[in-house]
Amino acid sequence: MAEQTGMVEKRGAGLWLTHLGLIIGVAFIFFPIWLAFVASTVSQPEIVRPPMPLLPGDQFFENYSKALTAGINAPVALMLGNSLFMALGIAIGKIAISLLSAFAIVYFKFPGKKLFFWLIFLTLMLPVEVRIVPTYEVIANFGMLNSYQGLILPLIASATATFLFRQFFMTVPDELAEAARVDGAGPMRFFFDILLPMSRTNIAALFVILFIYGWNQYLWPLLITTDPSMNTIVMGIKQMFPSGDDIADWPVIMATSILAMVPPVLVVVGMQKLFIRGLVESEK
Amino acid sequence: MEKRVKFKGIWLPLLLVLPQILITAIFFFYPAGQAIWQSLFIPDPFGLSMQWVGLGNFEYLLSDRYYRASFITTAVFSILVTVVSMGVALYLAILADRLIKGSGTYRTLLIWPYAVAPAVAGVLWLFMFNTRVGVVTWYLGLLGYDWNHVLNEGEAMGLVVVASAWGRISYNFLFFLAGLQAIPRSVIEAAAIDGAHFWTRFRTIVFPLLSPTTFFLLVVNIIYAFFETFGVIHTITSGGPQQATTILVYKVYSDGFVGQDLGSSAAQSVILLVIVSLLTVIQFKYIERRVHY
Repeated sequence: MAEQTGMVEKRGAGLWLTHLGLIIGVAFIFFPIWLAFVASTVSQPEIVRPPMPLLPGDQFFENYSKALTAGINAPVALMLGNSLFMALGIAIGKIAISLLSAFAIVYFKFPGKKLFFWLIFLTLMLPVEVRIVPTYEVIANFGMLNSYQGLILPLIASATATFLFRQFFMTVPDELAEAARVDGAGPMRFFFDILLPMSRTNIAALFVILFIYGWNQYLWPLLITTDPSMNTIVMGIKQMFPSGDDIADWPVIMATSILAMVPPVLVVVGMQKLFIRGLVESEK
Repeated sequence: MEKRVKFKGIWLPLLLVLPQILITAIFFFYPAGQAIWQSLFIPDPFGLSMQWVGLGNFEYLLSDRYYRASFITTAVFSILVTVVSMGVALYLAILADRLIKGSGTYRTLLIWPYAVAPAVAGVLWLFMFNTRVGVVTWYLGLLGYDWNHVLNEGEAMGLVVVASAWGRISYNFLFFLAGLQAIPRSVIEAAAIDGAHFWTRFRTIVFPLLSPTTFFLLVVNIIYAFFETFGVIHTITSGGPQQATTILVYKVYSDGFVGQDLGSSAAQSVILLVIVSLLTVIQFKYIERRVHY
């Protein structure tokens, strides 16, 4: 194959130029993160007297342990826990309610089905940002400010996952449901023993996307977690900057930024195949 | 499209859809309805009563100099973010597609910033361009350029655009590379045999075949720039200087939560809602038609 396609692909100098172009691109992507990492391993005086060093220093342990155990408003370990809880809650919650309703839509006839279908279709397009004030009021009336329910519930009120599962269930051969019915298995038995195992890959791919979506939320946690101990890490970073003219504690802030990136980046890199699949399918 | 085989029962399916119905009704339809309702009123300064103003909030907004400026800011910002992130991504995808070996490695190296939250991306770029400690600011100073995005409106816009586009390159790269790899080699080779050079091949074959991907990304990136960049703007500029980076979403937030102007904020939400709906309809329509094939 390689010999035959040589006409279009580059060789020799062209090949090296192609690599060079890509490496410049990779460097552009990596540079901000490299600087953040370096800043998280040096001391404050090294940063406030610019230019800061471009190679890591020896304060890695000090900065990260200070961030994790003390932080600035709240220990970062606590914020990491909140983010993890929120991201898992959003991913698992949305997948669970969507699986159930997609199952009902595809495998049953019931009154109001059409209406229900169109109602959830409407939710596909509107992000939480366009209805923040009223949603905030709902959460406040329920007494859910500074709570995990308040962080999670409004963000699972959309139907993207329902659509995905509906599409997938439509491709499951009818014979399987037929066989289950002939064998006398009830619908829930069919759901748990056949449909759910068959949906494994789809569930996992969606989980990756939803986990990152949940982890990276900013505006919503910013509004409803006024108590620093409920802050998520992504929104908590901005709160670490001093108001007014004081100098920010850059090493600790940058250590926190790195910590905020590590979990979702590990998920993307570690589950690259599922991630790409989830991305492509959830956008279809 | 309907399944031939159906299970019997009415209560079970209703029970199954109940969780989603409840959550969607309480946290989606009720607030969205509230936004529309509130947009028709002005609350008095003590928040005790509401006065019906009909479309007054909208009329006021559309004649408001700051709101119109925010529209233009949003347009400029979204177009720049979309063009920069898609341009860089397309360029990298074309390079990666030319490799016989190694495009997978570059893909791994390039896709993971997708996982970096916009707000974190904002902090990273703020750090590089910080007026006091920023590395890039310092080196620009050596070259005789005095960078100050806190005061300079153009520099503030440039910084939020680059920070927003940076995190988006991965996503666009992934879709462009997939699109390029789906183009049959034989078509491109046939053109090469006929003597078409790279640029001619790109213009006449590759780009037209890539148009469904490009169009899809165009819509998705504009939606991204409209909403998800809130974190970038809030961390880097907080909408300043002189509202130079106050995009529509940021204004809904700052008028609603900081300024406590609920009627106006609700009306702005409704306007945004209409814009997103339009974009989504356009997307559905054209993606159905597949733009090219």
